[in-house]
Amino acid sequence: MATITGSMVGVLRRPTSHYGVWSWMTTVDHKRIGVLYGVTSFIFFLIGGVEALVLRLQLAFPDGKVVDPEVFNQLFTMHATTMVFLVIMPLSAAFFNFLIPLQIGARDVAFPRLNAFSYWVFVAGGVFINSSFLFGGAPNAGWFGYANLTSRAFNAGSGVDFWALGLLGLGTASLAASFNFIVTILNMRAPGMTMMRMPLFTWMTLVVAFLLIFAMPIIAVALIQLELDRSPLATNFFNPANGGDPILWQHLFWLFGHPEVYILILPAMGIVSEVLPTFARKPLFGYPAVVFAGVFIGFMGWGVWAHHMFTVGLGPVANSVFAVTTMFIAVPTGIKIFNWIATLWGGSLKFTTAMLFSIGFISMFIIGGLSGLTHASPPTDYQQQDTYYIVAHFHYVLFGGSILALFSGFYFWWPKGTGKLLDEGLGKLNFWLMIIGMNLTFGPMHILGLNGMPRRIYTYPSGMGWEFWNLIETAGSLVIALSVLVFIINVVRTSRNGKEAGPDPWDGRTLEWSIPSPPPEYNFATVPVVQGRDAFWIEKYGLHGGEGAHHAAPPSHTAGSGNGDGHAIHMPQGSYLPMVTAFGQTLMLAGVIFGYWLSGVGLVIMLGGVYAWCSEPVSD
Amino acid sequence: MQHAHPAAHAPEHETTTGLDHRKLLMWAFLGSDCLLFGALISTYMIYRGRSLAGPFPNGPEGVFDIPFTSVSAFVLLMSSLTMVLALAASQRGHIRGMRVWLIATALLGTVFLGGQFFEFTAFVAEGLTPATNVFGTSFFTLTGFHGAHVTLGVIILLSLVVVSLRGGLPKEESLTVEIAGLYWHFVDIVWIVIFTLVYLIPAPLPPHAG
Amino acid sequence: MRNLAQSSLPARAATGLAKGATLSSRRSAAASFLSLVLVGVLALFITSCSGKDPQDTLSSVGEVAKKQQELFWIIFAWAALVFVLVQGLLLFILFRFRRRSENEMPAQTHGNTRLEIAWTLAPVVILVSVAIPTVASIFDLAKEHDVSMQVKVIGHQWWWEFQYPGLGVVTANELHLPVGEVVAFDLQSADVIHSFWVPKLAGKQDVVPGRSNPLTIKVDEPGTFLGQCAELCGIQHAQMKFRVVVQEKAQFDQWVKDQRTPVQPPGDPAMVKGSLIVQQKCSACHTIQGLAGAVGKVGPTLTHIGGRGTIAAGVLNNTPENLARWIRDPQEVKRGALMPNLGLTEDEIQAVVPYLLSLK
Repeated sequence: MATITGSMVGVLRRPTSHYGVWSWMTTVDHKRIGVLYGVTSFIFFLIGGVEALVLRLQLAFPDGKVVDPEVFNQLFTMHATTMVFLVIMPLSAAFFNFLIPLQIGARDVAFPRLNAFSYWVFVAGGVFINSSFLFGGAPNAGWFGYANLTSRAFNAGSGVDFWALGLLGLGTASLAASFNFIVTILNMRAPGMTMMRMPLFTWMTLVVAFLLIFAMPIIAVALIQLELDRSPLATNFFNPANGGDPILWQHLFWLFGHPEVYILILPAMGIVSEVLPTFARKPLFGYPAVVFAGVFIGFMGWGVWAHHMFTVGLGPVANSVFAVTTMFIAVPTGIKIFNWIATLWGGSLKFTTAMLFSIGFISMFIIGGLSGLTHASPPTDYQQQDTYYIVAHFHYVLFGGSILALFSGFYFWWPKGTGKLLDEGLGKLNFWLMIIGMNLTFGPMHILGLNGMPRRIYTYPSGMGWEFWNLIETAGSLVIALSVLVFIINVVRTSRNGKEAGPDPWDGRTLEWSIPSPPPEYNFATVPVVQGRDAFWIEKYGLHGGEGAHHAAPPSHTAGSGNGDGHAIHMPQGSYLPMVTAFGQTLMLAGVIFGYWLSGVGLVIMLGGVYAWCSEPVSD
Repeated sequence: MQHAHPAAHAPEHETTTGLDHRKLLMWAFLGSDCLLFGALISTYMIYRGRSLAGPFPNGPEGVFDIPFTSVSAFVLLMSSLTMVLALAASQRGHIRGMRVWLIATALLGTVFLGGQFFEFTAFVAEGLTPATNVFGTSFFTLTGFHGAHVTLGVIILLSLVVVSLRGGLPKEESLTVEIAGLYWHFVDIVWIVIFTLVYLIPAPLPPHAG
Repeated sequence: MRNLAQSSLPARAATGLAKGATLSSRRSAAASFLSLVLVGVLALFITSCSGKDPQDTLSSVGEVAKKQQELFWIIFAWAALVFVLVQGLLLFILFRFRRRSENEMPAQTHGNTRLEIAWTLAPVVILVSVAIPTVASIFDLAKEHDVSMQVKVIGHQWWWEFQYPGLGVVTANELHLPVGEVVAFDLQSADVIHSFWVPKLAGKQDVVPGRSNPLTIKVDEPGTFLGQCAELCGIQHAQMKFRVVVQEKAQFDQWVKDQRTPVQPPGDPAMVKGSLIVQQKCSACHTIQGLAGAVGKVGPTLTHIGGRGTIAAGVLNNTPENLARWIRDPQEVKRGALMPNLGLTEDEIQAVVPYLLSLK
């Protein structure tokens, strides 16, 4: 079979190298894929950040003239699309790719090549959406692309097509990754790693993966309907002139979109639930409650979507029902917050950078949650909907929530990934700049919203009472930019002469800290046997440990002993085919814009890739 | 093909749940696919009776030909039976029998697709296209997506036959047939839902319809 | 708790805004800055409302907006209470339990069922006490009223059309309402989704093509209020504004009478020239009642445009210079607007402007 594959793909012989660019392009190692996800989405983070800075410059003063209105609409659409689909989701993916097998004591994921495929589809999708800037204009209808502003009649350019097709492509990436991680988490746990012993981050990843596999098909259907409406078939899904209803789009979008909110925040909650106990030297308080609260949020997330649509005119009964369900989703969220706080209570708190970011997460997320309460109530939401108040709210949840937690994750797991510690001094500077910057940027948005400033306006006149706070916000956004710059400096400096981390720099609790940093390709020389929650902590301090601060025993599966010196462990080989298949799929989507012949070419490449993939053995 | 790779396909070690990775993957995929059809069917149901102009699904000038579609639904249903027989043959090691039943299943699926093609052509001849009204829009999209699923199923079944002819589907590999069968049965069940909701329950005529 | 919300918080807010309005902006900025860092959003809300700002939702005038504001303060008070308690607790813990020596090993507690039940129930209690007034308010706002007037609002990219079916009046971008009367709006769209919003009078309601959404407004004091589209509707979403002029009944009736009067043929020869150009160049898109042939429906009606305060949907004050600027090149004022550059000569513009402004 190997020869068939070899002759089929011609020059593409099976990659064997473990070094160099090609070894990264063809890698199926979950840790390398995690790193690739992280680097790529960080680049998108910078792009989305620059877009935000331009938006803020335009709004710094009344009657701003930095960009014209069309460009402004493209920039806020791309800023949000980028941050949601190309930054927070794939950054979370970076963490769960890198960590899940390490945390559950596995040597790899269930489908390594499928994992590589999701990464390449994500890269291709991100480049595809952003390439719209070069092909006649980026999407301009907002990140939730409300119909019928997206119809051909009101949006003749191809920006909307780039957006819809790009999101369809990214959807396959998310689906493939989610299937993979569901199977991995359910099926590949080390002996003794029962569900209720899994680290919180693994739990939250599992919930997110389930949310994704159920939410993605819904947005896929909506996007396909949109593209059919815009295609020569000229369907009427969102065409009111022929009986279609633009509100259908909103229902489908938010039926996906609200679970999506939890897709963005649950991994962050998982990260925080790992960091806090580590630096409090205490187990997570009320582990079962935190787990079930996460699962419950996952369920409840499906019953609240219409709170994005209170002003649509669904009627008092629907609005009341969704108001009540929305308020009650605050209960499991509250449980989590109280359990985190109780974890800190009585602990021995060490304020590392990672810890500061996690505490910042709790504090900022509380603000976002409380402002959310004020528009969970439809009558008050009638005033707040589509104003800067909403922009403030979701930035406190997504920036104050997700981004702070992801930065916490960077500082926490960076030594595991690279073997070197990030500089703590620069790290704390990074944290304080970021938290001050975000409060200056997003805090005043509450005021502006209540003061009647709608979102998505490219200009405003003087005399509305909006000048002062807009200027402050722009200043704040520059502080955030500075904080990100400090992070980059930290990374560059540390990679040159960072302190060696060793396997367990933080006195960690979970299995990833029991192996060398960076971990060997096969992760665990001997598969660990798990005795309880916080598996590695138990190994170090015993089941009822914590009596003394001394390590009871050295980590047991760091290096090879006996036959487990790593060379005997068979790991799957790299493969070009995930990349080829992803490329074919993206060409197929691009063909909808550039001509169906291109879709044909893409289909042939994709099918060829899939066929070769199916006949390629895991290793030669 | 010189080297056989028994090790490549044999499960390396026990899984935590005892289910094979691939089988679990298929279950997760089918769960996900439920939501795809859920969204398409919901769209159809929301637009029932909301077309501004004909042709309409039923009523005096309705386009549906229930007896015809019932027959093709029956054909698809029967293909689930042949799929079960294919799996049974595979598990017993009757490789030839398995091939025959796989081909029969693919054939029945193809007959169903032919029926759908005929139906679509007839509807277009009666003036119903995806652009005509919201009935046409949501009907063609929903049934078209189902048809695409059946087509993919037929391709999978025929691929299995080819693999088997090359000796790639011995008794030990019957799990592959089982997983393909899961997909095929799912597609059948979805059709039962579509057939009931779309064809058997008559849609109200819009108030202005002539 | 509710009493506190209704009396003391707005009162504190009021003193805050009085200060904010009188002090130099730099000092209040510095003060706000400090409170921002120290107390967070709580302080932000209180120093925020200046009362004089034209779209401030926290100094509402309309009956609906007042009810919404009342409910906001109730919920805000709960949120503020939780904020102070939880953030305070967090700060206390961070200080109290900081690591004092590297060898410290705290007691390994895993949970406490009774505590956990307590902090599950506490939010439930708060949420119930928010949910009850919320649902009551939803149904209160949706209640059938004794309507004394109907107005049909049609959202267009990017301007507003107002029709008074009972009165035979059609106008654009400037809505006149009589004081103290319950006005029922019927919101419809000619193209994409918009949202009808006059912050001081009532919360927004979306304007959806193919649907017709209701909204009730009652204003008890005369005044001019600003509104603007609140749902992204294309390139000029930011410039889809309108004014609401609330008048005493007598003035309103006079306005209606004026609006119903078709324009008279001009006597002045300069005006005649203007009217002819308008007839020729504008009538395909604009209606002017009384001017032969001017029955276009694409743009806003120009009958009585001279009586309106603004042009181009609230973008420019209605002065001769601004009107000339707009006619000279609408794209320069409002990029992407559907009105093209008509290529009028300066001479023609100088004839058109006085004619249009004479249509009061």
